[in-house]
Amino acid sequence: MAEVKKPKIEITDGALIPGKDSDAVFSAWRISFFGALSLIILLPIITPDPYRRIIAFLPDGILRTFEVTIFSIFFAFFLGLITGLGRISRIKIINRIATIYVEVIRGIPLLVQIFYIYYALGRFLKIPDIASAVIAMAVCYGAYLGEIFRAGIQSIPKGQMEAALALGMSRSQALRRIILPQTIRLVLPPVGNEFIALLKDSSLVSIIAVSDLLRRGREFASRTFDYFETYTMVALIYLVITLFLSRLVAIMEERLQKGER
Amino acid sequence: MKDRVRVIDATKYFDKVLALRNVNITVRTGEVVLVIGPSGSGKSTLLRCVNRLENLNKGKIWIDEDEVTKPKADIRKIREEVGMVFQSFNLFPHLTALQNITLAPRIVKKNPEKQAREKARALLNRVGLIEKADSYPGQLSGGQQQRVAIARALAMDPRVMLFDEPTSALDPEMIKEVLDVMLDLAREGMTMLVVSHEMGFAKAAANKVVFMDNGEVIESADPETLFNRPQKERTKRFLAHIL
Repeated sequence: MAEVKKPKIEITDGALIPGKDSDAVFSAWRISFFGALSLIILLPIITPDPYRRIIAFLPDGILRTFEVTIFSIFFAFFLGLITGLGRISRIKIINRIATIYVEVIRGIPLLVQIFYIYYALGRFLKIPDIASAVIAMAVCYGAYLGEIFRAGIQSIPKGQMEAALALGMSRSQALRRIILPQTIRLVLPPVGNEFIALLKDSSLVSIIAVSDLLRRGREFASRTFDYFETYTMVALIYLVITLFLSRLVAIMEERLQKGER
Repeated sequence: MKDRVRVIDATKYFDKVLALRNVNITVRTGEVVLVIGPSGSGKSTLLRCVNRLENLNKGKIWIDEDEVTKPKADIRKIREEVGMVFQSFNLFPHLTALQNITLAPRIVKKNPEKQAREKARALLNRVGLIEKADSYPGQLSGGQQQRVAIARALAMDPRVMLFDEPTSALDPEMIKEVLDVMLDLAREGMTMLVVSHEMGFAKAAANKVVFMDNGEVIESADPETLFNRPQKERTKRFLAHIL
């Protein structure tokens, strides 16, 4: 009883977060990451044609992919936080709206949502392609993040809120000062995973004229017919980015947990 | 001596289950009142109604001249002035011991940071933990955590302190350090309403012991009388179990 139990949320999807074996020299993460990285470097050296041309063509797409991902993450995070708070709100109408949002959005494939905002809504108001992509991704991931935040908030022991209230804090003070700081630490790994999943899903926006990494690859391949080489490179670049980010999430998680000790 | 806490005819249901039935308890200023009774007898519920963590269905609770239970009562103001110590400590794990103590004075009472820190250090000194000011709760033993929790409650200058089984989650060797702090408080004249089965503390500090069972007050008296010459059969049976 003297031990404070630390609740933990299990990882469901997104990229793999390195586990205990990650200290090993030949951990799964290292083999994948450095393997992919060396292929990206070696292939253009060994076979300059067409890999060198591919490598020269893709950076614009990588930047665009990052741009869409970062903006989407920013909006999805706040949408998710608001949704999570809405889901635990004692005000019925707010609670209901948040729940409906989550139910509806999670029930529609992201690709359909992207089509819907760009083409279907495009009939009434012209939203630029990148904005459409960001809106669709943020709205979609906001719903998933909302559920993670809700689970995180609810997993904080009830005594924390009670102790804060007993000291005379208002509910919103208690949420801001006591509950949310603990929630953020707790949900960081699953939220980080959602961000990685978001980056991968951002490849879907290539179908609405956003020239992201996948789109650039497609443009190159359809011109040169080097499908195998181009998509190999595209896949390797996605892999290196997501593996790098998953490592980053793991390191942040470790840091936060040390701070709590 | 004036009455600090008056509980009048308190009745409380959880759904259909009766938790408190017409409970009357008075704690005078500077008095220590100990509530004992089997688990589920309503002791904790009673405490939680005093600072409105729970609401009564019927009855009234007064602290000095303020009626806690009236619908328009300023609950936050009341809670500021009623310190509470929990069985499971409930320290904030992401804050240091010092920050645990300074947070409420700063954001609730709007005390300046420096003043809050000085006061917190004085309180940590008083509970014997000044060297742990910058430790996180996870680095402290149960007894140390509970002493920080007491300091945290004291930092608000409460008119009355509520203790909800403060030592029942502790290993035996840590109970004494917490009881010593409570004894100190009692000696200095703090008004205290304590749910606990610590007989040593009762004999040393309590002015009155209240025995509750099934949500009712069965009998109350000074510790010597209640422990040695209980009047009611139910009290005798309970005391036989714990003495």
